[in-house]
Amino acid sequence: MALNKTLRPGLIQVRVLNMEESLNFYVNVLGLNEVGRTSDGRVMLKGYDEFDHHSVVLREADEAGFEYVAFKVDSPETLVNFKTATEAFGYPVDEVPANSDQPGFGKRYGFKLCTGHRIELYAEVELADQRPMVLNPDPWVEMPRGMRAQRFDHVLLYGPNIAEAERYFTEVLGMYAPEICNTPDGKRFATWLTSGNKAHDVALVEYDKPGKMHHFAFLLQDWNEIGNAADVMAKNGVKRDVGPTRHAITRGQTIYMWEPSGNRIETYCGGYTAYPDNPVRVWDVDEIGKGLFYYEGELIPSFLQIVT
Amino acid sequence: MQQYEITYKETGDKFYCKEDESLLACMRRNNNGPVQIGCFGGGCGRCKVQILEGEYHKFKKMSRAHISEEDEKQGIVLACCIKPRGSITVTTAPN
Repeated sequence: MALNKTLRPGLIQVRVLNMEESLNFYVNVLGLNEVGRTSDGRVMLKGYDEFDHHSVVLREADEAGFEYVAFKVDSPETLVNFKTATEAFGYPVDEVPANSDQPGFGKRYGFKLCTGHRIELYAEVELADQRPMVLNPDPWVEMPRGMRAQRFDHVLLYGPNIAEAERYFTEVLGMYAPEICNTPDGKRFATWLTSGNKAHDVALVEYDKPGKMHHFAFLLQDWNEIGNAADVMAKNGVKRDVGPTRHAITRGQTIYMWEPSGNRIETYCGGYTAYPDNPVRVWDVDEIGKGLFYYEGELIPSFLQIVT
Repeated sequence: MQQYEITYKETGDKFYCKEDESLLACMRRNNNGPVQIGCFGGGCGRCKVQILEGEYHKFKKMSRAHISEEDEKQGIVLACCIKPRGSITVTTAPN
């Protein structure tokens, strides 16, 4: 659904406190497939509906939280152009060689966004061994497990100066914000950014501490699948955060839960079709409770305050 | 089932923790103690408390972003990651 040269957030690496417990959640509860392990013990995962080598990497560490997210772009030429434009924007760029710490991935360029998050860009990645069929295809190669997560969808990052970060994503990567939230004095409190027709590929909330993650999200097919995810969550004793409910922002339907290492996971479906020529939807910050939780109509205080 | 007496120092309230439940689950069930509910996974740091007296077992890893080794020596823990092993006295963790 990409409409421009940035295709999608295609790779995220997160820290977990206990690999065995978290891996059980990602594979048997959420329904991702294990692709393999790196020589340093990280685990590569992907959703059943993703073609690329892997999309989620878990690294066992002493802290939970976000390490980086990488956006796939449409060609090696675009990758070089974006590197140059990123440097011109003011962020020093480093290079990660092909097939190094992320097996199957081509060369990646990385930099630190003003919010404190590492962002990477890449153009090339090998196809996964097990990937969606293309010739007279069934919807699945194997019947999906657990919550039947289709693919990595988006990430919500917390950090300082999101107005600048929004400028980076729009001016350099060619993304746009279908929806924003402003404080009474007109400053940006939150922004939802996309490169295509999805309501968001990445979202940002203004926060004084850098480099924090609120959640990362996986796509489910529809509201029925949210119900299935709720059943799987309850049966497996997964700690629920919020939902099932609907967002007014993006209009997606959702459950938030905690994976065993304390990273917040969203299972998300629906949402409107975004187009860059549509008017921007604007929220006042004192209405954000309704924006986030449309059925509840009010903010759940812990939701905005707890991050990893 | 064995139960352990929990004393919340600030109020002097006493309530009971089942032997197989975390201190946080117990505090939530009793709606007592310095209760702040977070991720239940040791990652977010929300349920930080200090154990002043009594024995407990750390059954889950706590994020070093929130609990340092020095904290642990002083009984500063995440309530979601410990289970009492006797009567304990708990207080709000220092900032």
